[in-house]
Amino acid sequence: MTTPDLPDQLAEIREDFLALEQPDRLQLLLEFSNELPGLPERYRDHPDLFERVVECQSPVFIFVEVDSDALVHLYATAPAESPTTRGFASILAQGLDGLTVDAVLAVPDDFPQTIGLTQAVSPLRLRGMTAMLGRTKRQLRERTAASA
Amino acid sequence: MSVQTDPSPAFAEYAHPERLVSTDWLQEHLGTPGLVVVESDEDVILYETGHIPGSVKIDWHTDLNDPVERDYIDGTAFAALLGRKGISRDSTVVIYGDKSNWWAAYALWVFTLFGHDDVRLLDGGRQKWLAEGREVTTAPESADPTEYPVVERVDAPIRAFKEDVLAHLGHPLIDVRSAEEYTGERTTAPAYPEEGALRAGHIPSAVSVPWARAAAEDATFRSRSELDAIYRGEVGLTDEAPVIAYCRIGERSSHTWFVLTHLLGIPQVRNYDGSWTEWGSAVRVPIVQGADAGAAPAPR
Repeated sequence: MTTPDLPDQLAEIREDFLALEQPDRLQLLLEFSNELPGLPERYRDHPDLFERVVECQSPVFIFVEVDSDALVHLYATAPAESPTTRGFASILAQGLDGLTVDAVLAVPDDFPQTIGLTQAVSPLRLRGMTAMLGRTKRQLRERTAASA
Repeated sequence: MSVQTDPSPAFAEYAHPERLVSTDWLQEHLGTPGLVVVESDEDVILYETGHIPGSVKIDWHTDLNDPVERDYIDGTAFAALLGRKGISRDSTVVIYGDKSNWWAAYALWVFTLFGHDDVRLLDGGRQKWLAEGREVTTAPESADPTEYPVVERVDAPIRAFKEDVLAHLGHPLIDVRSAEEYTGERTTAPAYPEEGALRAGHIPSAVSVPWARAAAEDATFRSRSELDAIYRGEVGLTDEAPVIAYCRIGERSSHTWFVLTHLLGIPQVRNYDGSWTEWGSAVRVPIVQGADAGAAPAPR
């Protein structure tokens, strides 16, 4: 069985995490959390577009955009008091940004389990990230099906 | 060396007022020799986003749980942990955290397994401290290491195992999970991923009292009379009968354990930390689904 290659930017994020010792991995997760971009102006007043990631323990909402060049952008909001969840959203937002739809759909579903956080973060939390990835892919499939 | 207790009249009505401190008290006592403030959150990096100046972090998952077996750390690991955090055997430890002190209560309960004498909760936890606009810092944790003695964990008085619960049937049991988990509609809290239990429902005869009923909007504990009305009135708990509380992994029920033990003074309360993730996957244990508590099977 072969593993599909990860898109470069996701592979890079994974390498950055794996190169660190456990406590520093959490520090990096915190940096991602702080870097979660705000919503672009055009989506700020459109809570209707956002889907709640109910698998996350805190209120996290995502919206997947496919731009006119058919490239994917993931937008997410998560509260400041849930930095772990914000960090996960930020990893995906940065890691998937600008990929083609097919490239996002090909990202392995177990990516969240492969970035070296399974010891530091309880399994329950990591599943929140898996759910975010799953919901992102589902939104893309729905969108592509609708436009096909 | 113990630091004086918080004399707030608001706490005097509780059975053990010395187990709580107010945000005012903590502010005034920050830096007092013998006092160590500990933040314990559900979120593993929340402390780093800003914490009470001088506080240290203890994480329920990476610090208090054994990394291999499903159990708490042993006396040696606990001594090493507390030594690193600058806590001595006679320190006054004040724990606070997110989610109405849900995880702080869990840490306090684990400290109690090791017989740490003076351990208190900050009433209202992280939420109240922030809501009042009090100072927080992102300075890295710093503590003067101490020699904490290796103390053997004593589980029996406050910790129940599955076998203890089976033998306890017929005595009061409190299920502190959400209504959906209790009835068996789902195995995990709403908004949490399904995790870890093969069957859904509750232990027969367990009364449903979601843990958060003991917490007010501002994350502080409800008053003595409100708590009495729930636990002694509605549920009928007394000082005579032993009680066991459980949830999914024993965290939410630590909050209830704190309320029953320290605020209401019920003498024999145990927390079943195996909780639903063990019971709901165990072979040949009785389960009831639906809103009715169900009859207690014969103890075994």
